[in-house]
Amino acid sequence: MGYNKKLVLLLSLSVLSIVLFVFWDIGEYWDYALPRRLEKAWAIVMTGAAIATSTVIFQTITNNRILTPSLIGFDSLYVLLQTAIVFFLGGGTLVMMNNQFHFLLSVGLMVVFALLLFLFIFKREGKNIYFLLLIGIILGTFFSSISDFLQVLIDPNEFLIVQDAMFASFNNTNTELLLLGGVLLLCATLYLLRYAKYLDVLSLGKEEAVNLGVDYDGVVKRLLGIIAVYVAVATALVGPITFLGLIVANVAHEVFKTYRHNYLIPGAIFVSIFSLLTGQWFVEHIFTFSTTISVIINFIGGIYFIYLLIKENDAW
Amino acid sequence: MVNVNNVSKTYQEVKVVDGVSVHIKKGKITSFIGSNGAGKSTLLSMVSRLIPKDEGSVLLDGEEITSYDNRELAKRLSVLKQSNNIKVRITVRELVSFGRFPYTQGKLKDEDKKLIDESIHYMNLEAFEDRFLDELSGGQKQRAYIAMVIAQDTDYILLDEPLNNLDMKHSKQIMKALRRMVDELGKTVVIVIHDINFASCYSDHIVALKDGKCVYEGTTEEMISNDVLREVYDMEFNVCKIDGNRICVFFT
Repeated sequence: MGYNKKLVLLLSLSVLSIVLFVFWDIGEYWDYALPRRLEKAWAIVMTGAAIATSTVIFQTITNNRILTPSLIGFDSLYVLLQTAIVFFLGGGTLVMMNNQFHFLLSVGLMVVFALLLFLFIFKREGKNIYFLLLIGIILGTFFSSISDFLQVLIDPNEFLIVQDAMFASFNNTNTELLLLGGVLLLCATLYLLRYAKYLDVLSLGKEEAVNLGVDYDGVVKRLLGIIAVYVAVATALVGPITFLGLIVANVAHEVFKTYRHNYLIPGAIFVSIFSLLTGQWFVEHIFTFSTTISVIINFIGGIYFIYLLIKENDAW
Repeated sequence: MVNVNNVSKTYQEVKVVDGVSVHIKKGKITSFIGSNGAGKSTLLSMVSRLIPKDEGSVLLDGEEITSYDNRELAKRLSVLKQSNNIKVRITVRELVSFGRFPYTQGKLKDEDKKLIDESIHYMNLEAFEDRFLDELSGGQKQRAYIAMVIAQDTDYILLDEPLNNLDMKHSKQIMKALRRMVDELGKTVVIVIHDINFASCYSDHIVALKDGKCVYEGTTEEMISNDVLREVYDMEFNVCKIDGNRICVFFT
C-alpha cells in the first residue's frame, strides 16, 4: 500500500472516531449535548496532535524510538509547578487564579526550562544529546520527588486540587483554555514549518546533518522550544499522558516504515486522535466513567513499552 | 587548498591534538596515518567542523572554516565519519538523494535526479538502489554513503576510516573509486587510514601523526620508508618494491 493510501486510511479512521464520539447515543437533548461534545472532541484532537507531533520530533532529534519528551522531565515539571503554586500560595490561588494567566505562566515556565536545560548542557563542550537525556531523567525524578514531598505537607483538601491537575482526564477538560491553547499550538506549528525541512536530515544523525549544512545546534534548540510549547499545552489541557506519545510515534513508524516526516507526523497525529477518541468513548459508554483515559492509555502503553524493550533488545 | 595552522584539542587536560599544521593540496589524495589514539580522527573532525577546535585555524581557500555559512560550506566540503549506524528505514536511493540537500533543501529538480543517478552508477549501486540500507552488507553500505558524498558534489571530501570493517575486495573497490574521483572528477580527498599498504598504493601525500603531533609530512615516496615508519609506529618495517608499488612488510 502506498504512503498516501495509508495516510487517507488513518485520516478516515480518525474522522470516523470523531463522528462516533460526537453522535453516539446523543439522545433527544442534542442541542445541549452537541456543543459540549464538540468542545471535548476539539480538546482531544488538539491534545492528540500536540503529543504526537512533539514525540515524533523528539525521537528524531535523539535518534531513538524509546525516548519521549515526558522522559526528560517535562510532565513532572508541570506537576511540580502546580504543586508549588498550591503549596506557597494556597489552594484558593489555583482555583481563583485567572485561568488564562495560569496557563500562559505554565507554558512560559516550561519553555524556559527546556531552553535552560539545552543551554546549560550544550554550552559545555563535548556533551551530547545522551548527556542531555541523562540530566533530564534525573531532573524528572527530582521534580516528582519534590512534588511528592510538598504534597505530603499540604492540607488534604488542597491536595485534592493538585490531584485534579495531575491526572489526565478529558472529563474535566479546561474548555476555557481551548481557544488560547489552539492559538499557541498554531503559532508553534507555523514556526515548526520553517524548520520542517531539516527533520528528515536530522534523522540521519548529528554528523550527517552537520555535513549536509544544517546549523545543528540552532535547529535543535528551536525544535526543543517548539516541543516544550506542544507538551505544555497538552499537559495544561488534560494533564500528563505518559505513554501516548510513545505508542503513536512507534505505530506511525511501523505503519509507514520511512524516515519522511511529511508522512510520519500526520500519521502519528491521526493515530493519536483515533486512539484518544475511541479510548474516551470506551470510558464514557462502556466503563461509564468508572475510570479515566490515562489509566487505559498507560495500561496499553506500558505493555507496548515492555514489548518494544524486548523486541528491540539487540537492535539499539 | 586547505591550510591547517597550529590546531589543538584538549580533552580532560590531555592534548589529543597538539599544535598540528598541515597543508592539504588540491586535486590529491592525502592520507592521515598513525597509531590508535594519535589524534587522526580528531584532527579530521576539526578540519571538517564536526567538533570545535581549542586553538589554531583551518583555512579553506583562504577563509576560516567556521566563518563560512553552513549551507555554502556543505557545497564545498563533505565529511563521512566511521560510525554510520543509521536507525531509520531508508533506501540507498533516498540516502544518496540527501547529498543534494545543501543545494535543494529537500526539493529535487530534474538535474538533481540526474546527478543522483550518476552517483549511484559511479559506485555500481544500481542493483541495490531500492533496497533498504539495513539490509545491505558493510561494503554496500559504505559505497552508498560514498555515493551520497559524490552527489553532494563538493571539491573537498574527508573520510574517516572508509575501509573500516571491509574485506580486501571491497577495500580495493572503495580506494579505486576514490582514486577515480580525484583523477577524473578533480576532487580533493582526505582520508584517515590504518592499512599502510593501501595508503602507500593510493595516496599522493601522507601526513603522519604521533601523540597528537604531526611528526612527518610528505609525498608517498618520502613517507613510505623504513626510517620514517619506524619513527611513526615504533616498530620495524621492511619496505619492498613490488610491481612498482611500495609494500610494507611488518607481519612477522
